[in-house]
Amino acid sequence: MANPKQNTDDNLLEVKNLKISFKTDEGIITAVDGIDFSVKRGQTLGIVGESGSGKSVSTWSIMRLLPKNSIIDKNSSIKFQRKSGKVVEMTKFKKNGRELRKIRGGEVALIFQEPMSSFSPVYTIGNQIMEAVLHHRDVTKKEAEEIAVDMLDRVGISNPRQRFKQYPYELSGGMRQRAMIAVALSMNPSLLIADEPTTSLDVTIQAQILELMNELQEDLGMSIIFITHNLGVIAQVADEINVMYLGKIVERGTTKDIIHEPKHPYTQALLKAIPRLDRIGERLTAIRGDIPSPLSRPTGCPFYTRCGKVIPGVCDVKMPESTHLSDTHTVYCFLHEEKDV
Amino acid sequence: MVKFLVQRTIGMIITMFFVSMMVFAIMELPPGDYAERWAFRKFSGTGAQITEADLDNIRANFGLDRPAPERYFKWISGIVLHGDFGEAFAFQTSVNNVIGQKIWLTLAILFFTLVVTYLVSIPVGIYAAVRRNSIEDYALTAFSYLGFALPNFLLALVLLYVSITVFDSSVGGLFSPEYADAPWSIDKAKDLLSHLVIPAIILAWSATAFQLQTVRATMLDELNTLSVTAARARGVPEWKLLLKYPARLAINPVVSTMSFDANRIFSELPIVALVLGLPELGELLLKSYLDLDMFVAGAILLILTFMIVFMNFLSDIFLAILDPRVKLIEG
Repeated sequence: MANPKQNTDDNLLEVKNLKISFKTDEGIITAVDGIDFSVKRGQTLGIVGESGSGKSVSTWSIMRLLPKNSIIDKNSSIKFQRKSGKVVEMTKFKKNGRELRKIRGGEVALIFQEPMSSFSPVYTIGNQIMEAVLHHRDVTKKEAEEIAVDMLDRVGISNPRQRFKQYPYELSGGMRQRAMIAVALSMNPSLLIADEPTTSLDVTIQAQILELMNELQEDLGMSIIFITHNLGVIAQVADEINVMYLGKIVERGTTKDIIHEPKHPYTQALLKAIPRLDRIGERLTAIRGDIPSPLSRPTGCPFYTRCGKVIPGVCDVKMPESTHLSDTHTVYCFLHEEKDV
Repeated sequence: MVKFLVQRTIGMIITMFFVSMMVFAIMELPPGDYAERWAFRKFSGTGAQITEADLDNIRANFGLDRPAPERYFKWISGIVLHGDFGEAFAFQTSVNNVIGQKIWLTLAILFFTLVVTYLVSIPVGIYAAVRRNSIEDYALTAFSYLGFALPNFLLALVLLYVSITVFDSSVGGLFSPEYADAPWSIDKAKDLLSHLVIPAIILAWSATAFQLQTVRATMLDELNTLSVTAARARGVPEWKLLLKYPARLAINPVVSTMSFDANRIFSELPIVALVLGLPELGELLLKSYLDLDMFVAGAILLILTFMIVFMNFLSDIFLAILDPRVKLIEG
């Protein structure tokens, strides 16, 4: 596995110091607090974290899809390399402007957790795929229909010609998610953001979708950002994993690093919370407490309020610096900090 | 779609059948009948003694002596088979002659008002939702609450005053004097349209205010759905996706309450018509009831209810076109 610190030319997406807040009635809420991550060509970056950790917000911001009350900090940078080779700064685009719309879908596509609500109920599946194709490819309606049917077939939907004419509510949940993937891929993006694409599906369908995504990635050579709260799912698809907690990245590394040698107490706790067949007799350990409200972010390490290994007087005072455990493995935790020095 | 249309048409016919029976029952409800009224008019003050037998004779003359079911079938078959609404006793002519012109004018006002209502409320409601919490949004909301609050006869008086003093044109009536008795022509139709504007604005105001708020509220809900974000994530231009996705669903509640609007306009029409001096059916309905001139009253009631049933039919069809899920429920 390549070192993420090198080969920066190989990065399709480079996010630096991303900070996102929301203006609300209760005040300004910081959802993402200065994170860095990058996605390499043809690879899958997994982002893991509980609900409210800022996974979706940070990735939606890449496409500038956040609601009007969101603020992306001035010093944040989201650099994306376009198909033309030009590197663009996504935070500088005008909202819903022309170049941004070219990138949306055509170069960065998004699939959602809820395939039912992400399709409009009043248009056929075919209509919504064709809309995507016609917007991003220079083809006739007839050709667009062929591309759409072809893509439905490719994502494993039976009778694609018939499904093309059907409405979203006439398909099963797994079918809809496949159709959602077909919409995204029909635009031929170089980066696919999958926002919990398997969360609403049952386990067998989940496995099929994961396999499908792996296959398609190999065929089409795109990069994927895969967001989930389930480390078990991400282990099957990701090359690298970033673990997020309360708007911060607390640990990053290759999938092997994270799954086999988790260093941050939060990552360790997440792994213990996954049911496993080989530990059928043991009780699952839940992480105690709830994720704090972003309105009252703890000072210091965001996780100290729930951490079993908290060092009083240290963890609750300042945010730990990054500690490089290896070329690929980085953790933000005082437990490991001294080893780095 | 064909099956759906047939189903709905049959449903409408059945509804109209029951409605016609109810209308007939309402016609029968007031005590007394036109025979007594006729005898009273004719002989009151003459000192003539009217016996029960005389009344029965008069009834037989008017055909009022037959049992109710027979009269109902004669009445309804006349309407269905010949378009004949029976005899207007008090006018000594047929009902068709009495209400003919007024029915068309009333329908013209109704139709024109509905068009104005939807042409204003739908686009403005969508605009207000998209520009939520902007100055334009607040201004439009305030304006539409004014529509709720203002009694429309007052609005009618104000507009009447303004148009006479400022524009020096009379808005009373539906025709300018030179066209009032002229045969139908393009100019006469133009004249009618120009006279329809003021009543339509007055009648449409409250319906527009109401529907504008409905469209705005539904649009706001729809704007926040994931399917809109999904379309945006596909790079669809903003105005195009707004019209294609949320706007299409935002007009659903308006379409499904079209008959309510028709009903509201019918109920408000007599007051506005009184102020503006418009010929319409409300006043005639009241008068024919007072006269116990039942076939006139029955014809008006039947036509008004038919219009509302028909509007319901139309809104069902529009809804089915707008939202394919509607057909699914019908099976």
